[in-house]
Amino acid sequence: MAQPLVGYLLVAAILFSVGLAGALTRRNAIVVLIGIELMLNAANLNLIAFWRYGPHPEALTGMMFAIFSIAVAAAEAAVGLGLVISIHRHAQTTDLDQMNRMKG
Amino acid sequence: MIQEETVFTLRESTSAIVGILWLIPALPIAASGIVAVLQQPRRKASAVLAIGSLSASLLLSLVAFGHVLVGWAQGSQVRETVNFTWLRVGTGHVDLGWVLDPLSAVMLVMVCFVGLLIFIYSTGYMANDENFTRFFCFLSLFAGAMLGVVIADSLLLLFMCWELVGLTSYLLIGFWYQKPSAAAAAKKAFLTTRVGDIFFLLGMVWLFAQTGTLLFYNGGAGSLEPLKLGILLASPAGLGLTAAGAIGLLIFAGAAGKSGQIPLHVWLPDAMEGPTPVSALIHAATMVAAGVYLVARVYPLMQAGSLTGGTTVPLTVVTWIGTLTAVFAALIAVAQNDIKRILAYSTVSQLGYMMAGLGMGGVAVGMFHLITHAFFKALLFMGAGSVIHGCHEEQDIRQMGNLKIEMPFTFLTYAVGMLALSGFPIFFSGFWSKDGILEAAQHWSVARVPFYLLVFGALLTAFYMTRQVSYVFFGTWRGHGEAHESPSVMLFPLFILAFFAMALGLIGTPAWPWFKAFLDGHAAVSGLGEPGLFALMAGSSFVVFVGLGLGWRIYGNKRVKADDLDPLERATPTVWTLLENKFYIDELYGVTVIAFYAWWAKVADWLDRCVWGGVVAGVTLLFQKSAQLSRQLDVNWVDGSFDKGCEELANSGGLLAGVQTGRVQLYLRLLALAVVLLTAILIWSSQG
Amino acid sequence: MGFPFWLIAALTVAGGMAAVLLRNLVHCALALTIAFAGLALLFLQLDAQFAGFVQILVYVGAVAILVVFAILLTRGSETPKDGGVFSKTWGAGLVIAAAIFAVLAWAVLESRPGLPHETGTHNASVQEIGTALMGRYVLPLEIVALLLTAALIGAVIVALHEKKEEAR
Repeated sequence: MAQPLVGYLLVAAILFSVGLAGALTRRNAIVVLIGIELMLNAANLNLIAFWRYGPHPEALTGMMFAIFSIAVAAAEAAVGLGLVISIHRHAQTTDLDQMNRMKG
Repeated sequence: MIQEETVFTLRESTSAIVGILWLIPALPIAASGIVAVLQQPRRKASAVLAIGSLSASLLLSLVAFGHVLVGWAQGSQVRETVNFTWLRVGTGHVDLGWVLDPLSAVMLVMVCFVGLLIFIYSTGYMANDENFTRFFCFLSLFAGAMLGVVIADSLLLLFMCWELVGLTSYLLIGFWYQKPSAAAAAKKAFLTTRVGDIFFLLGMVWLFAQTGTLLFYNGGAGSLEPLKLGILLASPAGLGLTAAGAIGLLIFAGAAGKSGQIPLHVWLPDAMEGPTPVSALIHAATMVAAGVYLVARVYPLMQAGSLTGGTTVPLTVVTWIGTLTAVFAALIAVAQNDIKRILAYSTVSQLGYMMAGLGMGGVAVGMFHLITHAFFKALLFMGAGSVIHGCHEEQDIRQMGNLKIEMPFTFLTYAVGMLALSGFPIFFSGFWSKDGILEAAQHWSVARVPFYLLVFGALLTAFYMTRQVSYVFFGTWRGHGEAHESPSVMLFPLFILAFFAMALGLIGTPAWPWFKAFLDGHAAVSGLGEPGLFALMAGSSFVVFVGLGLGWRIYGNKRVKADDLDPLERATPTVWTLLENKFYIDELYGVTVIAFYAWWAKVADWLDRCVWGGVVAGVTLLFQKSAQLSRQLDVNWVDGSFDKGCEELANSGGLLAGVQTGRVQLYLRLLALAVVLLTAILIWSSQG
Repeated sequence: MGFPFWLIAALTVAGGMAAVLLRNLVHCALALTIAFAGLALLFLQLDAQFAGFVQILVYVGAVAILVVFAILLTRGSETPKDGGVFSKTWGAGLVIAAAIFAVLAWAVLESRPGLPHETGTHNASVQEIGTALMGRYVLPLEIVALLLTAALIGAVIVALHEKKEEAR
């Protein structure tokens, strides 16, 4: 009866891939950050799923991990979006294709 | 034939004089060396050095001669040698050394004495020449080399000095080298004697190969001593000859070149291009006598194998060539107009007499004539030099005349020399020496023809000498300007030589044949009792008088003009032309030998330029091409590969730098890709 | 598995896909919010009530709003001048993402027999969570607090610095 777990895992995998695809292909920096948030959430889903169907759910390990992940992701989103705003002020654009100052 | 006297005992011990005998040639050579490094204007120093060194050599020679004389008087035949090893090659060795015996002693004294007189004469004759110092340097070198030939006990040492003599002859004939004729004459002399020297060298090598030694006398082991002679006689050499005979002929070929026997006589008349003292010393008294001396020195070899009263092949050949040369040259001398040329051909003729004397009569006969000839021929040449000097360098006898008035002393001494050469009886040495040869010819066992030919030659000698003296000293003066007598420094040697030209006869008369006894090593026994002796003396005197009379009749005291034809020329023009042109021998040689040599030189030149040059060029081309190939390899492959490698590195660097676009998404993609790969590997490996 | 699960899953995935595919950025942000909400529901279905509510509180309530704010503040560059919203080499990115999915799916499906079964529900009460936070996980808690403080200050500084210059 591992079916439910497999389902959750697959959903998580799909979400992760979608988020990655968005991060790798979209030109707008904010959409890249959106993709990254999706990836983080997919990982959280994986954690919770394994907590629920794994051995020792009473240890709360998975749950704790997921909560802390959420907290860190929130902090990271804040800082990342602050950076994007700052870059927009400098370069008047958020187009990643044009940001190649690190070239070479 | 003089009966065989008991031969003296041989004494071979070494004495003090023999130890320093090497000084005799060494002193003049050393003087020559010192003069060579002197600077030009030192005339007095060079003359003093040359004359001084030769005087010292003369003194030593007299001491040596005295030593041998004392030995002879005591009844022993002196033959002292000093030999030493010069080269060692493996187990073989080559020795050199010198010998003191009667033959070398008389020759030493003669060469030193006549040489010294000519040296003194030269200081006067060459006084106005600017190359005075060079003259004495060469003259001294010649004297040293000639003395070396005389005392050599080794055929090799003799050959070395022989070559040195030839060299100095070349240098002195071509002394006035600016004159093309002089340079050509020097070259001709050297090359012609070279031809003879090749045969000499062959004989020397054969002798060494056969006997293992080149020493003449070496305490029983020398090549002229009975042991080695026996070996030589035992080995055959083809054409019916023994090795002794063949070697003897080869050595005689060398002597024939040096002594101007036909067919190698062509250089001697041309050698008159040199200064007159040179002609006197080298081409009358000493160098040309070296050939005769050589034959005398190796006489035991020449004589080896003959029975008593018989003869050997080499000696027969020597006799015939000598006789033919004597007559041949005398005929040519009749038709010459240059005062020195007449004397030159006379020298060739007399050398022929000497060779004939050696062949038929033995060492003493030939050597006696050599000694007397040295004195009176030197006298004649020096007298001719005096005449030339007095006539302002004129040499054509048709431009002279009546010089007995202007140059009385010269005339007096010249007359003595002329009579000696002609063989005027009793008072002149030439008579006695020539008679010795005629007597030997008369008793020769092989044939009588040489005797008649030599008598005819004597007639011709008297005839042409009378002709010469008439043209020069009698008749009317046909020259330009005034003739004058020569200075006393030139006349003084003439008188001394004239005295000896007369007095030397005393040591060779049949009444007291001291010279023969001295050389052959036995007591002097009077040969007056020989049958036919007086008949021979009377006969030869008669022949001489006929010659003198004929000459005087045709030429004597006539008033002729400079461009008048010679009476004989008017009588027999074709014969005269033949004689005047020396039987066209030179032209014959020019067409045959010289032409062949020139053709051969062309072939060699072609070979050198085209064949060897082509080989060299080919090799050079090969090297060039391989060098070019190597360079191409280096540039293209080595450098190229290295450069290409560096280029690839740079390119790859560029490629890798292309990854760093500065775009974040690319980095992300690469990261994700790496994660994919790692995860896949992890899962795969954990599965398996 | 049940129908609710598939429904919620479909909603979440659709929201996620819309979030990365839409042209209009505000629409992307709204789709992201839907995805977050869907995930919260999934958490609830997995008996992780606290996690679900935290998800809603933090993600939907804060992060999504933050994204909207950022979009609104960077309005001038919404439509790029050249090309579309996707980069020129979007194919390579797609392929890589597909590869990632392939690997993950393969891992999951391959290990299906070995995966753990349902062992019984466990309701994690808030009290338990609070005890755990203060007990076992007190250190991470404090660190996260520090981290949040630093992020707060940092974000303010990063976004504020330009403002100060603009004011001059």
